[in-house]
Amino acid sequence: MNKIVYKKKLSDDVYRISFEARDIARERKPGQFLILQLDTDFGERIPLTIADADPEKGTVTIIFQTVGKTTHILATYNVGDSIANVLGPLGQPTHIEKLGTAICVGGGIGVAPLFPIAQALKQAGNKVVVIMGARSKELLVMEDEMRAIADELVICTDDGSYGRKALVTEPLKEYCEKDPKPDLAVAIGPPIMMKFCAETTRPFSIHTVVSLNTIMVDGTGMCGGCRVTVGGETKFVCVDGPEFDGHLVDFDNMMRRLGSYKKQEDEAHHQCHLDLKIKEMEK
Amino acid sequence: MSHILPNKLREQAAEQLAALKGKELKPKDRLMIPLQEMPSQAPEKRIENMKEVALGYFEEQVKVEAARCLQCKNAPCVKGCPVAIDIPGFIKAAGEGDYEKSLGIIKKTSLLPAICGRVCPQESQCQLYCTVGKSLKNVEQSVSIGRIERFVADYARQQGKLSVPPCKADTGKKVAVIGSGPASITVAADLRKEGHRVTIFEAFHKPGGVMIYGIPEFRLPKEIVQEEIDTLSQMGCEIRRNFLVGRTRKLEDLLQKDGYDAVFIGTGAGLPKFMNIEGENLIGVFSANEYLTRVNLMKAYDKERSDTPIYNARVVAVLGGGNVAMDAARSALRMGAEKVHLLYRRTEVEMPARVEEVAHAKEEGILFHFLRSPVRILGNEADHVRALEVLEYQLGEPDESGRRRPVAVKGSEYQMPVDTVIVAVGNNSNPLIEKTTPGLETTKWGNIIADENGKTSMDRVYAAGDIVLGAATVILAMGEGRKAAAAINELLSNQ
Repeated sequence: MNKIVYKKKLSDDVYRISFEARDIARERKPGQFLILQLDTDFGERIPLTIADADPEKGTVTIIFQTVGKTTHILATYNVGDSIANVLGPLGQPTHIEKLGTAICVGGGIGVAPLFPIAQALKQAGNKVVVIMGARSKELLVMEDEMRAIADELVICTDDGSYGRKALVTEPLKEYCEKDPKPDLAVAIGPPIMMKFCAETTRPFSIHTVVSLNTIMVDGTGMCGGCRVTVGGETKFVCVDGPEFDGHLVDFDNMMRRLGSYKKQEDEAHHQCHLDLKIKEMEK
Repeated sequence: MSHILPNKLREQAAEQLAALKGKELKPKDRLMIPLQEMPSQAPEKRIENMKEVALGYFEEQVKVEAARCLQCKNAPCVKGCPVAIDIPGFIKAAGEGDYEKSLGIIKKTSLLPAICGRVCPQESQCQLYCTVGKSLKNVEQSVSIGRIERFVADYARQQGKLSVPPCKADTGKKVAVIGSGPASITVAADLRKEGHRVTIFEAFHKPGGVMIYGIPEFRLPKEIVQEEIDTLSQMGCEIRRNFLVGRTRKLEDLLQKDGYDAVFIGTGAGLPKFMNIEGENLIGVFSANEYLTRVNLMKAYDKERSDTPIYNARVVAVLGGGNVAMDAARSALRMGAEKVHLLYRRTEVEMPARVEEVAHAKEEGILFHFLRSPVRILGNEADHVRALEVLEYQLGEPDESGRRRPVAVKGSEYQMPVDTVIVAVGNNSNPLIEKTTPGLETTKWGNIIADENGKTSMDRVYAAGDIVLGAATVILAMGEGRKAAAAINELLSNQ
């Protein structure tokens, strides 16, 4: 079950893996995510977005960054290894329709979940503009895939090592100012990026969809740990989302909630680095 | 109730038993026999571990307690049991020391005695109607039916006498059972016995439903639940974990594409209610479901080994008065909280929690605040909980349920400094299956509509347990599950 069939290190801390998950590969739609756990007794359950899937081969692709204990351990898995538990697809699929021009903004590994959405928007007959951003060139993911489907592609890096030296909000604003303005914006990336993308499009009244990745346990609506405030109402990211109207999301509260376990996570992360180092030395 | 050392209870029972030996007991004599207290871990010890609090009767105690039963001809206790166990029958056998026979009597109607003996609210079911309790004018003096039930079930387990029920020859019919809690376990077992092929679909990485993720180890050891699951596997039921029907596969596809002849929905009440008060999304506010899932299923209590973090709660307010509220409060204590307050809108009498759990919670030092309701949760500049604003209530006129309605006392608001709030005010049903299954009718609260046999609005689709009843009990879920299983069996047999 869930045997890894492909692995590639994309940069220092970003990996792309594909693994067998026949049901998920068959059922998943753009915008959905999965939850994985590496140890049935003591592992944590973490949500990850689905970057791609091959229903024929029955495989699913994820792109992840090593940010905590589980992702660090997952990065040590190789082709042939199996992931103990994978649940999905979870969340509401993206609402796809033909609107005209859709502008898709991805930051960091947020480009991964953005890809299937951009692809579906293109297939639905929209003109798709993609803006991809990363701290530097090495951290850009899925450029080739995006280039293949985008009508226009803008790349930004924080350090100017590739494409424009700018934040993604700069080209986003330029597109918003065009006449006709885009009909839809989709922004996926770090919370702070999504917040500022939403602020950028707000004055232009462009409907802006963001995809939230919060703390979760079950991913099925049972715990409520993922709740966010949207338009003054409490929503569960796992079942009501993960996509919401970016103009209504209380990003400040969401970002603070993401830090709920920061101390424990930092400790676990630190311990994990030590453990991995010891393992390496033992080899 | 002060804590009595288990050995003392055993000695007392031995003496009482010796005094009863060879005597012809009249009902009056039986009423004089003292109730046997449940041996338990000492409060100051148990709050430092996750092990089971109630240790179970000693054999001597079982015999004494069984002697308290009047063996009423009309057996009022049976009417109080949702699955109508022959209670006088199993107590008689237990009293005679024939525990195997006793368990056999229970198992005729109940599938999960080791679990129900522990978690059933006996004082509002069988024991509520017990003639002994009535004669002594105190329900707490009723024969301890649940404790005897637990003993005979545990006895068989400890003796390794748990047998795998025989299953009839393969009928070739396939049934999908969604969820793996008490209702689903019952349906799976009953249908497998009839020779049908059963597949259980569980969304979590471990089966058992609320008995695994919700009810804590100190009240229901997971080993016991696991044994029930293992029995299902040994009977030949297939268990597919990490499978969320509605998302991983639509319910309709199970019937139309995957060749299942019938579907049973036993997905329970798993959507936590919040109070919709200000500050509920602050850091440090949790649903009881989340808190308990982290502690139980994800084993956060094992801080060395578990990767799932648990919030570092020092002063906690738990909102609610049911078993889940007790579980959350007592778990918080075991996770290292210095002070745990529990706030309930009505008085102790109206609290829906099991009496034993309330007594245990008190012994452990949970601070109960009755006739109190939260108004809002206050946070600091970093959005962390710093206090709970509380309003006092008084009991007014009775409401539709006959309970006196709590009425707010104007201007009585005060602040209680806390850093964690756990909301345990109930659960709604999870809407996922309803949303992804057109044609499946539900009530406006999201419960699946089913007739007395569990049949839903969809052909070949049945449901029972909390998804139909709303949040209820293990035994009710099991009882309704049995009816649904019988109906499914009839459907499949007539095809």
